[in-house]
Amino acid sequence: MAIVLDKVSYTYMARTPFERQALHDVSLTIKDGSFTAIAGHTGSGKSTLLQHLNGLLSPTSGRVTVDDVDINDLSKSNRDTAIKMRQSVGMVFQYPEQQLFEETVAADIAFGPHNQGLSEQDIEARVREAMELVGLDYDKYSSHSPFELSGGQMRRVAIAGVLALHPRYLVLDEPTAGLDPRGREDLIAMIKRIKKQWKLTIVFVSHNMDDIARLADDMLVFKGGELLRQAAPRAVFADRELLAAAGLRPPQVQQIMWCLQESGMPVRTDVLDVDEAQADICRVLQGKGGR
Amino acid sequence: MAFIEVKNLSHIYNADTEREHRAVDRVSLSIEAGEFVAILGTNGSGKSTLAKHFNGLLLPTSGEVRVAGFDTRDEEELWQARQQVGMVFQNPDNQLIAAVVEDDIAFGPENLGVPPDEIRKRVHEALELVGMTHFRKFAPHLLSGGQKQRIAIAGALAMHTRALVLDEPTAMLDPAGREEVLQVVKRLHEEQGITVIYITHFMEEAAVADRTIVMEAGRIVADDEPRQIFAQAARMRELGLDVPVPALLAERLRRQGVKLPQAIMTQSELVRALSEIYGKVEG
Repeated sequence: MAIVLDKVSYTYMARTPFERQALHDVSLTIKDGSFTAIAGHTGSGKSTLLQHLNGLLSPTSGRVTVDDVDINDLSKSNRDTAIKMRQSVGMVFQYPEQQLFEETVAADIAFGPHNQGLSEQDIEARVREAMELVGLDYDKYSSHSPFELSGGQMRRVAIAGVLALHPRYLVLDEPTAGLDPRGREDLIAMIKRIKKQWKLTIVFVSHNMDDIARLADDMLVFKGGELLRQAAPRAVFADRELLAAAGLRPPQVQQIMWCLQESGMPVRTDVLDVDEAQADICRVLQGKGGR
Repeated sequence: MAFIEVKNLSHIYNADTEREHRAVDRVSLSIEAGEFVAILGTNGSGKSTLAKHFNGLLLPTSGEVRVAGFDTRDEEELWQARQQVGMVFQNPDNQLIAAVVEDDIAFGPENLGVPPDEIRKRVHEALELVGMTHFRKFAPHLLSGGQKQRIAIAGALAMHTRALVLDEPTAMLDPAGREEVLQVVKRLHEEQGITVIYITHFMEEAAVADRTIVMEAGRIVADDEPRQIFAQAARMRELGLDVPVPALLAERLRRQGVKLPQAIMTQSELVRALSEIYGKVEG
């Protein structure tokens, strides 16, 4: 059970003067149950990659399989399973709240399940369940207009609309972009909760290395349409040459630790968050009796 | 009198309906010419509503706002007030209107009836100031987010505004774009003496300002140098805000008994203070 890309290349506007290769020979595996982060500069191919995960784009060459099914093989024998597999990958785009359109929160979330032809009863159950999962009270909000809600709440409605389709994989493109600090924290907590309760595989794009350090257990680093490295965030952030090549900065706590080490303090430089940094600085100072 | 003078300002949306909302609540505030002021606060705290009064996009429900002495409540003076202050908004994709960068920058001065030669001069200057001269013939949609925001800033500068209000100008940009915009704003402030009012959710951007104002529920709850504000990590969290990572780490270490000074805000300050402590111990 996994999403596998095998030698995937993608060219936009092939055979025109605007031809541009956005993905170049990318092979990778998004492991079942993983929390995979995708990092890279703007233009590195991240968004193009995401759109391959559920068949919104088909590779110019190469193969994408979801749970061993080639999702771009629409031949008679494979078509139904291919579509089913595509549907098992739920996609939350950047600023998903801009895609809300229904008159009520419940109707917006029900749109997907409705299109799948579920019964009214099932649809209502799905809507209730999805709203509960994203932390929106059904009785309070279901009949509200989505446009009366705050930005953070609207984003949660949009995510609930995807969850109501019962995906096995959840793909999020910069889920916290544009939110205020409290909104960010709430959304991160929510994603963690969804992962835990539904045991989903989560793939997310982020420009925020601190978020990646806190959340992800696997990380893909892209540059110019190529996959530079796939590894755990701790290993990626320890590779300074790789980060420089990809134009990424390590989490800020790590930058502080590097500077401390350069100034002569024997601290660890592979910390991922403030807790780890705090503990290690104390260890070093304590070792010297410096408190 | 200060450049921007706000006296007992309230702004109520949907007044006298059941959706009535007091977004700004009896705020008084002065901003001097040449200041760099950051405004922080969660969504709904009233920061954007307040900022839109600085160039008369919104008018007070009660109280008054004066810009360079012009009272925004007076219809004649409002036009004068508006020309003092340019605004840059969050979304780089819906502020540019022309098909070519230099036409976009010329749009404002054209509307003011500035003579063509003078317009050309202003466009040239404005592009220089934001470092976008090379892109003058480009179509805006081919630019990156950070470049689009720099063009939006240039558009304001071509109006010869003395102040810029930027409402989360980097919220939709990637890290490189954020850095680009912040550097341009900093340079305009330092070299051209432009007054800057900068709304942001990024604490490390607010740390660049001379002064930070924190809003909650339509009121100003703190107004001080950024390092004083960020020394109160717990209070900031209560308000739904962060502090920059170095300030947070410093506070945690202090609580564990490490003798760090109160007002640490930047990475280099923290590193210097810690290595000093470590050096003493070693010596």
